[in-house]
Amino acid sequence: MSEGTIKKFMYVNRKAPYGTIYALESLEVVLIAAAFDQDVSLVFMDDGVYQLRKGHQTKGIEVKNFQPTYRALEDYDITRLYVEREALQARGLTADDLCVPVEVLERAEIGRLMEQQDVVFSF
Amino acid sequence: MKFAILVNEGPYTHQAADSAYLFCRAALAKGHEIVRVFFYHDGVNNATRLTEPPQDDRHIVNRWSRLAEEHGVDLVVCVAAALRRGIREENLASGFRISGLGQLIEAGIQADRTVTFGD
Amino acid sequence: MLHIVNKSPFQSTTLDSCLATARPDGSILLIEDAVYAATRGSAAAARLEQALGKFKIYVLTPDLEARGIAGSVIDGVRLVDYAGFVDLVAEHKGCQSWL
Repeated sequence: MSEGTIKKFMYVNRKAPYGTIYALESLEVVLIAAAFDQDVSLVFMDDGVYQLRKGHQTKGIEVKNFQPTYRALEDYDITRLYVEREALQARGLTADDLCVPVEVLERAEIGRLMEQQDVVFSF
Repeated sequence: MKFAILVNEGPYTHQAADSAYLFCRAALAKGHEIVRVFFYHDGVNNATRLTEPPQDDRHIVNRWSRLAEEHGVDLVVCVAAALRRGIREENLASGFRISGLGQLIEAGIQADRTVTFGD
Repeated sequence: MLHIVNKSPFQSTTLDSCLATARPDGSILLIEDAVYAATRGSAAAARLEQALGKFKIYVLTPDLEARGIAGSVIDGVRLVDYAGFVDLVAEHKGCQSWL
């Protein structure tokens, strides 16, 4: 692979925040990835949509609230955030309940996007 | 073909580390190259030389070290995830090195295929 | 694309998520506890049999054998060893692990 290769990287988030560390550490990868000038997109499916649910207050569990970091993604030129429509519906949520602007897609559409990737990281 | 491997779970509790290792061994046997195995999340616990399983159990850490020794596989432990979990240079098993998350992205760029093992 | 699933269908909805997302003519490989999804007569069998019409479904033999269920695999599910697992990854342009 030559120096200037641009690959399509997709980060698939399917886990709820706080119960496990995956959501936070996935976000840490994404922030580093931003420095590599690759084609980056984030997908939130299943319980992963809870990562974006507005209003996290983590003082009582003594864990850092990392939700503000999702709002900072734009500053890293990471603007393609896709959220699974069926996952929102199943959890009684709409895009208005989320802390950042996202594109809501049918699951099948996410499947199509997934097929187009060079690298899919799943956390 | 060049493979990059991501290991997201520690040894023994979850099968991920075993699956990842067996995959690497099979890929090498078929003449493929493993450009890097990157250890993230609790996966960093694969790298501690303090690991001492019972005699009749497989030694997951030493198995990785041998893979590095015999096949030159680059075993990289994420520094942030490692420090969180008490993995440092002084307890690192042979063949492993500690580095940044950039090494994961770089492996993804260099490899033809990236395979993740986790929970 | 190759989809890799490692969760028991009785414990997690991961296999369902994968089946609902994967594109027709995609391949699905069941490893670790997901191999239980490939056994005959279980509550998950009907879903898997239906999925066989849409996807190629593979199961990792060493994981089946370890769990004592190598003799109970649903017809149409293809068996692979680790070498076959490597071939599947090499043959498909990309892979997604449904963790």
